[in-house]
Amino acid sequence: MKATLDALQRDAEGLGELRLMEVCGTHTVALFRTGVRDLLPSNVRLISGPGCPVCVTSQGYIDAAIEAAASGEVTLCTYGDMLRVPGQRGSLEALKARGARVVVCYSIRDALKYAQAHPKEQVMFLAVGFETTTPASALAVLEAARLGLERFTILSGHKLVMPAIEALLADPQADLHGFLLPGHVSVILGASPYRPLVDEHGLACVIAGFEPQQLIDGVARLVAQIKAGAPALENVYRAAVRPDGNPHARAITQQVFVAEDTEWRAMGVIPNSGLALRDEYAHFDAFKRFSLSLGADYDPPGCLCGQVIQGRVQPPQCPHFGKGCTLTQPIGPCMVSSEGTCAAWFKYARRA
Amino acid sequence: MSQVLMAHGGGGELTRQLLVERVLPRLANPLLNPLLDSAILERPSGRVCLTTDSFVVQPLFFPGGDIGRLAVCGTVNDLTCLGARPLGLSLALILEEGLELETLERVIDSLARTAEEAGVPIITGDTKVIERQRGDGILINTTGIGVLPEGLDLRPARINAGDLVILTGVPAEHGLAILSVREGLGFETALASDAAPLNGLAAPLLALPGLRFMRDPTRGGVAGVLADLVEETGLSVEIEERALPLSPIVRHASEMLGLDPLNVANEGKLVIVIAPADASTALARLRAHPLGRHAAIIGQIKPSTPPLAELITAIGGRRIIQRPMAEATPRIC
Amino acid sequence: MCLAVPGQVKEVYGEGLERLAKVDFQGSRVEVSLAMVPDAQLDAWVLVHAGYAIEVLDEREARETWDYLKTAGLYDEIPPALEPKP
Repeated sequence: MKATLDALQRDAEGLGELRLMEVCGTHTVALFRTGVRDLLPSNVRLISGPGCPVCVTSQGYIDAAIEAAASGEVTLCTYGDMLRVPGQRGSLEALKARGARVVVCYSIRDALKYAQAHPKEQVMFLAVGFETTTPASALAVLEAARLGLERFTILSGHKLVMPAIEALLADPQADLHGFLLPGHVSVILGASPYRPLVDEHGLACVIAGFEPQQLIDGVARLVAQIKAGAPALENVYRAAVRPDGNPHARAITQQVFVAEDTEWRAMGVIPNSGLALRDEYAHFDAFKRFSLSLGADYDPPGCLCGQVIQGRVQPPQCPHFGKGCTLTQPIGPCMVSSEGTCAAWFKYARRA
Repeated sequence: MSQVLMAHGGGGELTRQLLVERVLPRLANPLLNPLLDSAILERPSGRVCLTTDSFVVQPLFFPGGDIGRLAVCGTVNDLTCLGARPLGLSLALILEEGLELETLERVIDSLARTAEEAGVPIITGDTKVIERQRGDGILINTTGIGVLPEGLDLRPARINAGDLVILTGVPAEHGLAILSVREGLGFETALASDAAPLNGLAAPLLALPGLRFMRDPTRGGVAGVLADLVEETGLSVEIEERALPLSPIVRHASEMLGLDPLNVANEGKLVIVIAPADASTALARLRAHPLGRHAAIIGQIKPSTPPLAELITAIGGRRIIQRPMAEATPRIC
Repeated sequence: MCLAVPGQVKEVYGEGLERLAKVDFQGSRVEVSLAMVPDAQLDAWVLVHAGYAIEVLDEREARETWDYLKTAGLYDEIPPALEPKP
């Protein structure tokens, strides 16, 4: 590790500020938690992109979910990460305290089990997440169909990573030198979807895992590519990421979901960046079952989460950070989510 | 009759029967046996310490312990942290209508065993029954009285920069064991709660003049105690990740659930701050005790502004340690 | 939202999309769906995300990649204490 760090230090020297983006919330947290950020050369800046699924979910989706739970019609099952995101009517956690049926799940399989055990309840699962999590939702829908779970639905907020990256790069102000590409999204996707980042945008690209050695390897390879002026698509997470990813998982997703235009927090509607249930599975679509529609997206007043997830603003630049907005009293989703950029800065790096 | 009825709490014959047949025989000791309205203790020399704690854990039984064991450990350990020698505990039971009497007996048996292990008698008590709400349950409050030896003064204010921080064993075992039996999560594990009375472990340290401070890292975990230390002393504390006595099973279960073992609850560990001169002696004494086999010096108090708890990570980076926001819940992110 | 951890398949039951496994994470076992990894056999190492195995891993590579898999044994890797500084 020392050798890699030394090489990284040498390579980075004299290159000016290097702006590298990670687009995976788990990377964001791991980079802080392991102390890797602390060991990088001072001119290497790691910028967190739209990689936290809770954070990129539009406020309209969150309000719709909270509305559904507040109606008393449904039992809402959710990953713990969504529990504390504030909406217009408070968070799911606050609703739960007032008696709404909100069940925290570790896996969507737990929601299926709950639906089986409570056949009279309408069980709605908040299906958020990127390509890593989507096949699980697809499998759960197939399983629900097989079991004839008439009252099970999912509220799909699933999103795709590449369309968001493309949308970021379409901004002429985007000034990035490379991407630390998400390890577990890539387990599903493989490497090839990222090719345009190298071929068309000329950016350095490395798929990395989450252990300190791979994080450092990832950054070191990015800097080496930049130094050599030879952007390429590399994979330093070979233990898990195959060149072709996991075709079984992709086929399952394909069977159940179809790409659609989707609104992202602060980034607007991005073409073909989200996943909706195919018509054959409309029965499991909570939007249709409960005639839910997405309200407008908005940032809470003064909140810069929308800028933070696009890497335009670092959390300490937000006037609320650490003052009005803390882990106990979060204003925006980037402070709420366990892998939100603001939460990571606040938890691991707030030294004042 | 195999379940608790409202009448068991009514103060009549059924209450007497419940106590005489099911509870008292299990807890018998000379201070409790007279069954007066209050327990009478001889006046000890030294100052008196009083502490109280309530126990609402679900499920009632979990790997390595149960609510009865916790109810003794929690209160004994709170006295222990100040250096007090526990003299006795009160026991208030709040039983839910419909509770299986067999369950009650198991809890009292465990409580009695733990009290014996700690060498601390139950000296007074109370039993009430509340209406059936949802499921069967027991809530317990214990209050502990102890005596503080003359001259002993364990407070954060006595901590100095340069003092060393000891953790008496593997962190996170209790919280992970509880999670493993939580409804909806449930996983099979060889992990067991570390719940244990720590008065025996701490006793040989009390004579060391360099002993500054002890606290049991229960809810909030080790991180919570470190944050307390920083707030209460105005000093900084630096922990070495590589020095943490983590067992592979704790490490893996934590990874699996997305939890930081420093944030997860313990019921049988102490965080100790001690002057460097006495650290080796303290460590040797702790390791000689079965509950302290894996005791380790995990870090040091530092003079620094602003006051911070920091972790030197395994690869030599730094990050802040904060008190966790809420009870640790598994995450998939 | 993509936390995933390596574990070892210790029991397999069911078929097709309903194929399940008990996966061992060094002392803790969780029921996991094998629907996305139809090739995973008993004793295989798999990467698990939110109750689903998402890939089969080579054991040797897994042990090299995940630092905390390098050693085994319940207490063997507990490090020696730092020496008290005088």
